[in-house]
Amino acid sequence: MSFLRYFLLALIVLGSTYGDIYLAKGMKQIGEISPARWRDLFFAPFNPYVAFGIVLLMMFYISYLASLSWADLSYIMPATTFGYVLTAFLAHFMLGEHIPLARWIGIMMITAGVGFITGGPSLTVIPTPEGPSPHVEVHS
Amino acid sequence: MRHLGIVATWLTIFLLVGLNSAGDMATARAMRRVGDFTELRRKAGTLGVVRAVLTEPWFHLGLLAMALSFFGLLAALSLIDLSVVVPASASLSFLLNLLGAKFFLKEHVSRRRWISGLFVLGGIMLLRT
Repeated sequence: MSFLRYFLLALIVLGSTYGDIYLAKGMKQIGEISPARWRDLFFAPFNPYVAFGIVLLMMFYISYLASLSWADLSYIMPATTFGYVLTAFLAHFMLGEHIPLARWIGIMMITAGVGFITGGPSLTVIPTPEGPSPHVEVHS
Repeated sequence: MRHLGIVATWLTIFLLVGLNSAGDMATARAMRRVGDFTELRRKAGTLGVVRAVLTEPWFHLGLLAMALSFFGLLAALSLIDLSVVVPASASLSFLLNLLGAKFFLKEHVSRRRWISGLFVLGGIMLLRT
């Protein structure tokens, strides 16, 4: 797999992890959106934290689209869960949060799963009369 | 901040998971039909890639489901803690997507992918403890 493809996977991880964090921060500032205040949802993107979260999530989405153009969804999904590991490490080493043993085991399981899947083929190959096709049969 | 009850919390999470997985399925199918961006860019340029994506109906369906899921998540985040909603919806979406990849997208979910998927799913659940 090329450097660009690893880079896109890294952008997916970072964009979705930090995007969610900034969205949550912004929405806590805005406060509860009750059914009576549903219109406030459309103004939420004007909150700076929500706006930054959206920019990061857009970065995630474009990288996600590009990655899905050359790899299966069942390949991309586990690879992108590495964000949880990243969040736990940042919380431990930067914020000094205590990580219990069960969580360390969880981190190791995700890392092992991600390492195992990225070592395998990224795309389903279907043999066709014209030769191997990277495209699965899609019924429109 | 007001919090939802346990039933309303899980109903919200299931709704978000359904929308999110529908978005992932439709987007993955769209990108499979468009083909590898790198090759397409070499043949038709960047605008050609953008055109191919924007004229793909599955892409719009995926985008709609993801947009609904996104606004749903925004609303949910003001009522449910991030530490509950994100890992819970992530682990359920993960399971639903793996099944969808096999039965809807007809991907070859090999033994390697199932084992990796189970490891990751178990890991996500342990991180929640």
